[in-house]
Amino acid sequence: MGRSMTEIRARALVLDEGLSLWGGMDPSSGEIIDVHHPQLGAFLTGRIVVMPSGRGSSSSASVLAEAVRAGTAPAAILLAESDLILSIGATVAEELYGVAVPVIELPPDELAAIPDGAPLRIGTDGSVRQE
Amino acid sequence: MSSRDRELLDGTHGDGAAFAMRLVVRAAEVTRARQFIDVTRAHVDSCLYHGEATLDFVERLTDGHARVSVPTTLNVGAVDLLHPELFRGDPRVADRGRLLMDRYRAFGARPTFTCAPYQLADVRPSLGEQVAWGESNAIAFCNSVLGARTNRYGDFLDIAAAITGRVPEAGLHLTEARRATLVLRLADDVPNALRDADVLFPVLGIALGRRAGAAVAAVDGLAAKQSEDRLKALGAAAASSGSVAMFHVVGSTPEAPTLDEALQHRAPERVELIRLAELRAVRDELSTASEEGLAAVSLGTPHASLSELERYAAMLGGRRVHRDVECLISTGRDVMAEASAQGTIGRLREAGVELVVDTCSYITPLLRKAAGPVMTDSGKWAYYAPGNIGATVVFGSPAECIHSAVAGRVVRDMRPWGGA
Repeated sequence: MGRSMTEIRARALVLDEGLSLWGGMDPSSGEIIDVHHPQLGAFLTGRIVVMPSGRGSSSSASVLAEAVRAGTAPAAILLAESDLILSIGATVAEELYGVAVPVIELPPDELAAIPDGAPLRIGTDGSVRQE
Repeated sequence: MSSRDRELLDGTHGDGAAFAMRLVVRAAEVTRARQFIDVTRAHVDSCLYHGEATLDFVERLTDGHARVSVPTTLNVGAVDLLHPELFRGDPRVADRGRLLMDRYRAFGARPTFTCAPYQLADVRPSLGEQVAWGESNAIAFCNSVLGARTNRYGDFLDIAAAITGRVPEAGLHLTEARRATLVLRLADDVPNALRDADVLFPVLGIALGRRAGAAVAAVDGLAAKQSEDRLKALGAAAASSGSVAMFHVVGSTPEAPTLDEALQHRAPERVELIRLAELRAVRDELSTASEEGLAAVSLGTPHASLSELERYAAMLGGRRVHRDVECLISTGRDVMAEASAQGTIGRLREAGVELVVDTCSYITPLLRKAAGPVMTDSGKWAYYAPGNIGATVVFGSPAECIHSAVAGRVVRDMRPWGGA
């Protein structure tokens, strides 16, 4: 699924609900701005964001690309179901800026086993391990 | 891959088309599709400015001499090109937003600049037609109400599909994925008056999106033949609170003449009741305003149809909007032209209503006193405006909104809700 050029090491940010990046994240700061989201005010920048699904707007691809350009993007996104919108946003960002944000689908039980704040390593083959 | 697909990929049709085809191929990997299919039309949402990345992307396509290969409509942009004086934000953002809109038009797309392309008779796809649409409410409407077939083509992929005319054969393009797996049944305690009230539909949509996530749900328990305006409101709200790309309303949407047909003659995976208490809770949650007063009323999200404009004008009934309230209705430029010809726009303007086209009041700074409280009849506007423009929201029915705009304060009608 997600392809990354280099190994990624970052801490997990486990979201209790799916987040639509459009309307949900401010790409100039990386902050969650969806007032209906339980983690309103958290920052996604540099974290491996773990959430059940992407959600809502089809503009989230643009917001992800803009966040990559602005340097506020998550390091990677882990989901329980594949997400076409985020995957395409990541592909465009990689073509335009040469920065990979892997969007990786994991089995729900593996995803649920990741504690918030856990240090994770994503290998060049897309494998996810807790350190 | 067809020989044309390979030509697209190897740059025979230009670097822009090759970039577009790479995105379509990536989409096929993500959706695990085995082949590509042709689409007859596209609706492109990428023309809304979300920062310099959106312009960097379009410049790559422009430099690569990209053109659309199928009839293509455009979603809203950042500015009202016909009424630019209404823009109240950063002029640089307006300039960049306008440039982006121009770039997409230059690919050969029709400058409709509306989130409700389904209101335009000459571009509406028909039952079973394979298309590539962006914009979450338009996607939900296309699949659910028109019975045309699209997946959720987000930004970048929508224009890629328009340029290549190709999409992966996956998801909602296939009959099986259109089957309802979740049945949402209105419980007996939902009053009949509420079942037939406009205000139910955005509220039910938010509840549906939360419960369905990305699943296809069938709503059971409403009278048959609900209007397109109501189904629009339901779908737009559902696509805000969930990843809803398709829903059925039994007796109203074309693939659900009966519940059994919506289920494609199989058993549902889940059957859930929606009770009055849940609907009231969603309604209350959509109103975030705690302070008194009313600064503005924002209607037309998604863009108001001809029939909605006529209804708003009729509800005003010759009365004027209160001098302390700004009342703004968003619509598409083509619908506005038609409504102008019929005199409806003139009546609305005489009543003190401001009309906006090409954009929407929750994605771009248009309101004079956006901090609110702003009243809306849109579940989608209520859902997104607090985060996007910092508004505090009062949610109400179309009639409550119009009566409040005239009175200069929030006027409630609790009768459909059983009094509370």
